[in-house]
Amino acid sequence: MPVHTDVLVIGGGSTGCGLARDLARRGVDVVLLERGHLTQGTTGRMHGLLHSGARYADTDPESARACIAENRILKRIAAHCIEPTGGLFVSLPDDDPSYVEEKRDACAACGIPTTVLTGAEARERAPYLTPAAEAAIAVPDAAIDPFRLCVANALDAIDHGARIEPHTEVVSIRREGGAVTGVAARQARGPGDRGRAPTYSQGPVRGDLVQYRADIVVNATGAWAGQLAAMAGLELNVRPSKGAMTVMNVRQVDTVVNRCRPKGDADIIVPHETTAILGTTDEEVMDPDAFDEQPAAVDRLIDELAALVPILAQARSIRSFWGVRPLYEPPARRTTDPTDISRAAHLIDHGHRDGLDGFLSIVGGKFTTYRQMAEETADLVCEQLSVDATCDTAEAALPGSEDPERLDDGMDRFGLRSPVARRSQQRLGDRTQAVLDGKAVNPAVCTCEGVTRAEVRDAIASCGADLNAVRIRTRATMGTCQGAFCAFAVGNDLHPAHDETTATAALDELLDERWKGERHALWGQHLAQAMLGYAIRGATYDWYGDDEPDWTAFAGGATDGD
Amino acid sequence: MAIEDDVLVIGGGLAGMTAALAAAAAGSSVRVVSKAESSLGHASGLLDVLGRIDGELVSDPYRAIARVDTDHPYAMLGTDRVRQAMDWFDGILGDAYTGDSHTNALVPTIAGTVTPTARYPRTMAAGLASDDRSTLLVDIDRMPAVDAPLAAARLEAAGVPFSVRGASITMPGLATDITRSHFARLVDRNETIADEPIRDQLAAAIASVHDGEARIGFPAVLGLEQPAVVIDYLSAALDADVFELPTDPPSVPGERLTRLLEAALDDAGVRMTAGVPIVDVNAADGRVRDVRGTHANTSVPYRADQYILATGGLVGGGVVADRSTVHEPLFGCHVSQPADRADWYADTPAGPHAFPRFGVHTDHEMRPLEADGMPTFVNLRAAGAVIGGADFPAQHAGSGISIATGWHAGRRAAEAIDR
Repeated sequence: MPVHTDVLVIGGGSTGCGLARDLARRGVDVVLLERGHLTQGTTGRMHGLLHSGARYADTDPESARACIAENRILKRIAAHCIEPTGGLFVSLPDDDPSYVEEKRDACAACGIPTTVLTGAEARERAPYLTPAAEAAIAVPDAAIDPFRLCVANALDAIDHGARIEPHTEVVSIRREGGAVTGVAARQARGPGDRGRAPTYSQGPVRGDLVQYRADIVVNATGAWAGQLAAMAGLELNVRPSKGAMTVMNVRQVDTVVNRCRPKGDADIIVPHETTAILGTTDEEVMDPDAFDEQPAAVDRLIDELAALVPILAQARSIRSFWGVRPLYEPPARRTTDPTDISRAAHLIDHGHRDGLDGFLSIVGGKFTTYRQMAEETADLVCEQLSVDATCDTAEAALPGSEDPERLDDGMDRFGLRSPVARRSQQRLGDRTQAVLDGKAVNPAVCTCEGVTRAEVRDAIASCGADLNAVRIRTRATMGTCQGAFCAFAVGNDLHPAHDETTATAALDELLDERWKGERHALWGQHLAQAMLGYAIRGATYDWYGDDEPDWTAFAGGATDGD
Repeated sequence: MAIEDDVLVIGGGLAGMTAALAAAAAGSSVRVVSKAESSLGHASGLLDVLGRIDGELVSDPYRAIARVDTDHPYAMLGTDRVRQAMDWFDGILGDAYTGDSHTNALVPTIAGTVTPTARYPRTMAAGLASDDRSTLLVDIDRMPAVDAPLAAARLEAAGVPFSVRGASITMPGLATDITRSHFARLVDRNETIADEPIRDQLAAAIASVHDGEARIGFPAVLGLEQPAVVIDYLSAALDADVFELPTDPPSVPGERLTRLLEAALDDAGVRMTAGVPIVDVNAADGRVRDVRGTHANTSVPYRADQYILATGGLVGGGVVADRSTVHEPLFGCHVSQPADRADWYADTPAGPHAFPRFGVHTDHEMRPLEADGMPTFVNLRAAGAVIGGADFPAQHAGSGISIATGWHAGRRAAEAIDR
């Protein structure tokens, strides 16, 4: 039996989740399909910057204006996902000094408030900034947790009747006459029956090919949009561009630090929770699922950003990762350098462009402007469906940010040590009480990030036996130890809600994912950490052994038990 | 005036302590200088010799030594020396440990796995996976990172030859989360919590979930000082054989082993200086003349006839890397490595990785060698994880390497002393 809905959104990143939320709040029946866990694509592989727009003010004023508008909106509706760190654009002796004024004027023209600082004033805000800093512009950049934001959008969408189906990969697009009428998707089994998680689909059996029918299918797959469009027989000129990011184990800066120069790689440091993230590079790739991750890119980030913040040269990196930007430009523009491709969003109505109705693509754009992209897309969807409902996503706060006063409530009643309490509260926002209250026994399972068993179990209840989905909701295993001391403890909490086979497979998935980034940080202190984690899993647990031994051959020193 | 000894051992881990004991047993005056408390507390307390080779579980560790790579420390020592070292070390361990020289045992862990080892604390003896008696695993809800029902389910799925069940207990006296070492100290002192001695409360809580199983496994937290007494007490109270399961760090059996060896060093007259990292080396004519430690901003010289480098591997800081090179930071001994950092690791966590093998290479005298095959210094020997060539976590060989290389380096250093 096909699943029928008004709108199918393909892609569980920020745009897709934002769109599902927007449509659901307008009363439209919507199902979102995501091939991995939410944010598994580009959204989960970014530096966590909420742009002020200053970066684009001189080169791409349209994007800059959109960024500052959304920056203000998100600080209202998603307060529990945002740390209002502010940002600096720092000019060094090598940089053109006149660019500082140019940038300031361009910001003013886009309505972005700025303050020009001397080097000394900038160092008061970021004490580890190089003494060579000559001037800086303070801008309202901020740090944002893309995982928490995406999940909050998904939760609100579900609250308004949407279905969110992770681990569901589209394998074909159904065309009838001159229109797209649905898709076929495979629901991955993965470890366990993830679809049983109560907030998700109660429908088809996992592992099956499921038919979905919809009046409109929206392609919100970002860097993968060209591949999805090809399934409908269309060409879409997405130009995926990879960017490397390196995570440091502590925050060398408490404000965003950008290099103040026209354009360039390796020019931003974003404080993010307990860490700082260095970014980024920009290099076009053929396939967003298959590209090289070269150590040289990591070296470049550290070496170049050490010019801004010298202690980075000695600091400890705990992992690196690469994200793939969903750059798009209309055919025939043929920009050669991906840094020159506009970050503007493009909403493409394939009925209009290709004569194929019922199919829209939303490509390009920025994470910061995801909500506006969703609104624009939802407007078009509603027009085509003749739904008369207005967008309220700029005003309605997301779950977690609905009741700011509750954030200030004391945490003593939850019996948590204060750093754990504070971190829990920052993550959970106004859901803190609901998640932690009444849990008599609630040990911290991830001590680097201060995540308790109750928070892990709350995440498991919403996303099923997927520890990477638990990770993005809680930050468990994302701190200094990268899971060496806590991954097994976090994995324990799957049991007994999920059986041993499921719990063990999910733990292996988490360990694999952690290693993917950690392998790029194997020097200095973190090599010692990685070796210790490897030794625990190998020497102590023999975790990677999978043989069934002849038990009686291993009875060294055994007594008869009497 | 420098502090003078026959043999100076740099590093207080398993290899360093073993080397010191071996040199002292051969009649030398010995000092151990270490930068911090021993890292043995990170280790499980199991003493493995060789548990896997090429991924394959091996029953007889000594027979399997013939299969190690030519640059492996065991290849340098030869099987007989490894065996002699382990036999000698058994005398130091006394009855705290058990095991059979020629047959590995499989010991269940808190992760619900079984891990191969040649020697294990006597507190784990009743838990062997080769034993077919029914088993109950127990955890405490206030102690994170152990889930006995899941561990039991994993053991069952692994096909162990015994029935196994897990249960979680609540102890009324524990009002907050408790670490393993804190719990062990409470057990040592048999402290009264919630108006009841903790050992009684523990026995009562376990009894409430015990259903006649012949043996009962508990995380290895049953005291730092006299675990055998605690186990005997619980076994009698519960009418079952109580045993411990090895854990990840912090590891109580690792801490017990540290204490045992420190007591043996004390008995052997070895001087111990902890909290003094050695930071500088003075050498001339191919010999180490003296080294300098640093303590409270003061430089402290140490002079000896023979030196033993037992500073550990990547975890202990005896081998370090920057983004392009791997090196031995104290004496600058040669360390070979893949040139490209992308070749230091495999893309999956299980490996095979190059980085666990990073370390110095030695001659038969245990002297680190330079790229040209000549000893770095004629009076410098290496022991333990600072020596490369072994993927000890994959091979379950870390303890055996430390003991065998420590024993050999300590004896050779003593023999080489110029009297």
